Amino acid sequence: MVEMRKITKEFPGILANDQVSLVVNKGEIHALLGENGAGKSTLMSVLTGLYRPDGGEIFIEGKRVEFSSPKDAVKKGIGMVHQHFKLVQPFTVAENIMLSIKELKQIYNLKEIERQIIGQSEAFGLSIDPKAKIWQLSVGEQQRVEIIKLLLLGAEFLILDEPTAVLTPQEAKALYTTLQKMAVSGKSIVIISHKMNEVMENTNSITVLRDGRSIGTVQTKTTNEKELAKMMVGRNISSTTGKTLSAKTDILMTLANVSALGDNGLLKLKNISMDIYKGEILGIAGVDGNGQKELAETVAGLRSAKQGAISFCGKDCTKSGRKKRINLGISYVPEDRMTTGLVTELNAYENVALKSYRKYPGPFISWDKVKHDSEQLIEKFDVRLASMSNPVKMMSGGNIQKLLLAREIESNPKLIIAVYPMRGLDIGATDYVRRLLIGESEKGITVLLISEDLEDILSMTDRIIVMHGGEIMGVVKPNETSREEIGLMMAGKRKVDLHEA
Amino acid sequence: MKRKLLGSWEIKKTNTSSGLKKVVISVTSIILGLIFAGLFVLLTGKNPLELYTEIVQSSVGSIYGLSETIVEMIPLALCSLGVSLAFRMQLWNIGAEGQFYMGAFGATYFALFFSGLPKLVLLPLMLLAGLICGGLWALIPALPKAFWNVNETISSLLLNYVAYLWIAYLVYGPWKDPKGNNFPLTKPFSDNGTIPVFGNTRISYALFLMFIIAVILFFILKHSKWGYEIRVSGSSRKAADYAGMSYIKNVLLVMFLSGSISGIAGMAEVSGVLHRLQQTISPGYGYTAILIALLARLNPISILLVSFLMGGLLVGGYSLQTSGFPSSMVSMFQGSILFFVLAGEMFNNYRLVRKKA
Repeated sequence: MVEMRKITKEFPGILANDQVSLVVNKGEIHALLGENGAGKSTLMSVLTGLYRPDGGEIFIEGKRVEFSSPKDAVKKGIGMVHQHFKLVQPFTVAENIMLSIKELKQIYNLKEIERQIIGQSEAFGLSIDPKAKIWQLSVGEQQRVEIIKLLLLGAEFLILDEPTAVLTPQEAKALYTTLQKMAVSGKSIVIISHKMNEVMENTNSITVLRDGRSIGTVQTKTTNEKELAKMMVGRNISSTTGKTLSAKTDILMTLANVSALGDNGLLKLKNISMDIYKGEILGIAGVDGNGQKELAETVAGLRSAKQGAISFCGKDCTKSGRKKRINLGISYVPEDRMTTGLVTELNAYENVALKSYRKYPGPFISWDKVKHDSEQLIEKFDVRLASMSNPVKMMSGGNIQKLLLAREIESNPKLIIAVYPMRGLDIGATDYVRRLLIGESEKGITVLLISEDLEDILSMTDRIIVMHGGEIMGVVKPNETSREEIGLMMAGKRKVDLHEA
Repeated sequence: MKRKLLGSWEIKKTNTSSGLKKVVISVTSIILGLIFAGLFVLLTGKNPLELYTEIVQSSVGSIYGLSETIVEMIPLALCSLGVSLAFRMQLWNIGAEGQFYMGAFGATYFALFFSGLPKLVLLPLMLLAGLICGGLWALIPALPKAFWNVNETISSLLLNYVAYLWIAYLVYGPWKDPKGNNFPLTKPFSDNGTIPVFGNTRISYALFLMFIIAVILFFILKHSKWGYEIRVSGSSRKAADYAGMSYIKNVLLVMFLSGSISGIAGMAEVSGVLHRLQQTISPGYGYTAILIALLARLNPISILLVSFLMGGLLVGGYSLQTSGFPSSMVSMFQGSILFFVLAGEMFNNYRLVRKKA
């Protein structure tokens, strides 16, 4: 049994874990459920010795332990499978596992290690060929290698971070069968997840985290998805934004049966059909990684549609790239502002020019004019910076986002795509960005707001589309829906199904 | 993580990096590099100070030495301007040497087979041929880079050997001078195919070309939209895509131009200095050019300055042979300097501070 008591971990400006307690019993599968940024990964990093807690205690089998490095945690039988596997691609399975064996002798017996691997894989149904090279394996098989590695290191307590995020449904099913076998044999397993249906089907108990605090631990048998959704996202809306709902019906942009591939070449956007109305704020809700980024890039013209048609202001623009979409009036505030939206090594006015440099006549840029325009922009949007000639990486996060928004709004767009525009900002900057986007929509500019924060989505938008697995689960109005309904759709329940039930 | 090595000091990242600090760091690095190389000279029993004095005297101590330094400076600076353009976009064009040889090849073709044309027609034709051949040679690694992201460092480097052997084939085979006593040389260019020189020095009018190209590059990078696209693409490809800049188009254009400037250098060498094509036309200008571009932080004007220094080092190296040293000693000096300059780079972004107790 592992117990964490009142763990507190603070990062500059963020209280990532606030007196979180967690008890995981022997032989159970325990889920750690929560939104992004709820503190799940931090808590597990404390348990695996990666972070030292600022407060609180850890007990294993009733004895108090302190870890000064991940090595100590491994010695106590705690192991973690990270989302990004730590394997050497050109090496074989056995060689990779050999690498993590600490007291390996100078002369070792690879055959013996291979035999042990086969032994472990047969015991828990983790079929794997110890002689296979890692790059030849599927993602699911690589995950099995990580699990076998932990087992051979003697892990009694396994933590898996979003283990099914990269798996196909069939692989996920096989994984849980394995995990259940391990639990039966007396091992404890913690699954970090935000997929409710999966957690409901496969775990014994669930601890929900929200905003760095533990909301509570429940037995899976005695709870339901609605209750969990409420625990995960339920909080009072502070309706300070003063957004008035409006029903717009003039179509600005249409996506018809659009599909697109993700960076890994798999289908991430599946048959998306939607209209974006002029002057509305359309919210896209969903758990991170369910196609929102791909949707934003496809609308912005950075990702080509594999099939389907896109039209803007009544004209087809399926084939037009980013440059043409910029000229059509599509502004884009990307999720990744430091490497995509801005060039951090360039200074403030050089970054302002990123959008406008083409408008200067002739082959040259008049930097005096750019500087002058930038000064006005910086004053109008109240961007605080030491000097316009400093690289923007020296600015604070909030001001960087303001500069980016200022540039994208000032180019007189018809549509602004904003992806997680408030992420990582402090309360003041968050409020500013909210008001700014609402203000723009009141001026008749359309906003496509992609966010995982339901509070933002509910308080700012006119309509909400919920995505899951690259598909649209349903379209709702903020005044006619509930957090529970959206939460269930985010977890993969279609709106039509919900209302039949 | 304890860094016992540093004792009570620790390395801190800094954001500020003033112009003066950069200059001080560069100069200090070069001096340390020379001291380090001097240790090896000491091992041979010679006084490194004498050796350095010798290098300085032979390269800039006389009008003749100075003029020879400028002769070496021209191909160095041109090749370096070429690679620096590609480096701006984080394209690691290591193929300036091959592009230089191919530029010489293109120019020689016209010099040999159109030798009867008037100077004012033939020279521009040779320049154009050198430019296009060098550019196309750089385009060979650029195409797979642009379309399939094939590493251009290796492909551009390997093409150097292809270019070198292609010239070898020509000067040993079809282009060999029948009256050349079987040496691997072409016949000398007609007067119409040679660039005039200043007075009785070996400095050709290609010097003007060097200055013009440096200034044009400076303005392109600083003030043009295209130069801005290159800088953005070099810093972050994602940001370039985001701003609607065509990465593929820019890779091809930048690599072509980069190669064509080295091609011009090759043309200037055969037409302005050697007046014929031969097996070896470069003591590694294309490689030294990379070092110069890095030392000059890709700034076209600094490149001229550093090229002059490196040209002097080359000329000094030739004179070392009379003191019993191989001229390749200079490569060791260059290597030592580069080592310290790259190590010194760290101090632009980091600084050593005393730990607080």
